[in-house]
Amino acid sequence: MIDVYIVGIGQTNAGEHWDRSLRDLGVDAMLAALQDAGVGQVETLYVGNMLAGELVAQAQLGALLADWSGLGCIEAIRAEAADASGAAALRMGYLAVASGASDLVLACGVEKTTDADSESVDQAWSSGMDGEYETSQGLSMPAVGGLLMRRYMHEHGVGREAFAPFAVNAHANGANNPYAMFQRPISIEAYAHSGMVADPVGMFDVAPLCDGAAAVVLCAADRARELAAKPVRVRASAVATDRVALHSRTDPLSLQAAHLSALKAYAQAGVGPHDIDLFELHDSFSVMAALSLEACGFAERGHGTDLGLDGEIGLQGRIPISTMGGLKARGHPLGATGIYQVVELAQQLRGEAGANQLDCRLGMAQSLAGSGATAITHILEA
Amino acid sequence: MNVPRYWRTESARYRLLGETCRQCGKPIFPPRDVCPHCTEPQQEPRTFAGKGEVYSYSTVHQAPAGFTDYGPYTVALVKLDEGPLVTAQLTDVENEQVYVGMPVEMVTRKIKEEGANGMIVYGYKFRPLIQQV
Repeated sequence: MIDVYIVGIGQTNAGEHWDRSLRDLGVDAMLAALQDAGVGQVETLYVGNMLAGELVAQAQLGALLADWSGLGCIEAIRAEAADASGAAALRMGYLAVASGASDLVLACGVEKTTDADSESVDQAWSSGMDGEYETSQGLSMPAVGGLLMRRYMHEHGVGREAFAPFAVNAHANGANNPYAMFQRPISIEAYAHSGMVADPVGMFDVAPLCDGAAAVVLCAADRARELAAKPVRVRASAVATDRVALHSRTDPLSLQAAHLSALKAYAQAGVGPHDIDLFELHDSFSVMAALSLEACGFAERGHGTDLGLDGEIGLQGRIPISTMGGLKARGHPLGATGIYQVVELAQQLRGEAGANQLDCRLGMAQSLAGSGATAITHILEA
Repeated sequence: MNVPRYWRTESARYRLLGETCRQCGKPIFPPRDVCPHCTEPQQEPRTFAGKGEVYSYSTVHQAPAGFTDYGPYTVALVKLDEGPLVTAQLTDVENEQVYVGMPVEMVTRKIKEEGANGMIVYGYKFRPLIQQV
């Protein structure tokens, strides 16, 4: 397979965009990425989006965004993998370049949640679970987080406070990210006293759904050297799935898809967890951050929370996570999130992360769908 | 309204009708065409007894659309005595009194109403198992 490089990145602020529609946001991010890459046209567009059909009654997003952004009659298709749709679009773009099928690809993740009321958005978000036997029972996504968090607390003998560092770290980093939805640090006290969403998941345990769009331009090595001063190499791209319903898993606290996806990615890149300088993980819930760290080999089972308590997840720690705010503070614009993670990795690897800048060479991004039934992992190199 | 969909899943929702795999003998709930354990595509129907214990639980304070009239309610993963985990609401119990390991039994209850003129959907919920002294 041909080596794939990121030569342009773009993102809108993540948050509430009352004055911008789904297509407006998509175009904003796409034009920003094209400008960053210094190109005016691409051959292929992949759009990652989860809920446009449910919330804004819009399908055929590939053609719509190609049309609305002035890209013309190019190949354009939407990729969907629930919360991991953005990463799915990146995966398709990666394959298009790596296979030689396309020389210049744009992958854009976009989501518009604020055109609908929050109860409807919650219901739509739960379509990433098993509709027949989970959602139909009144299970919401935050309740899935609650089931996992309660079981984790029971099996591993920890209290809610063990999860506070994930929220505190995310907000501390988000404070220095001008694109983040929340740019305000929070305290451990605030975490402890937060209201419950789905006990024991509190307000600071669940990432905020919002609007947003992010995009990357991909090409092969020759073109990358022409276009970019600091092309970012995609060292690995790997997808794995698991049984969709949490109740179908043999061990609900083991994120099997995340584990397999990470193993495949490590093998592709010829690296191990110890080589990873930063990890943009899927902190849709604080417990998912702990479980992701365990699934990807950064902590033993039941000890993901220790990494938070020991300060290892901070910018000075052994495995910095959510370095630009993560899903918790930057925001979780569902289908766009997977691209935001990769844009933020690219910022770090290009030295453009500002106050949160790490000295880094190899970064990993992992996007999870629903309660973890699809995991899409990318490893990027400076 | 999803009448055909609810009609299809009635046996599972009202009676915990699941399957035993003909090849590996393992219990399957909810019923499905391909055994999740051994991928054999032939199963025998079997009804689960409805006894089990709470594996995990969460009290929903911010309910999604369709369930906003019923909150706060507690949803749980129930481990049936036969082995499978089931997602279901708990009933006939105060949210604060639920604990991991609590013995429960299945009952048929109203899950939700789809508006004033829509379907009333019934299904399984679980209540604390009253131990006979």
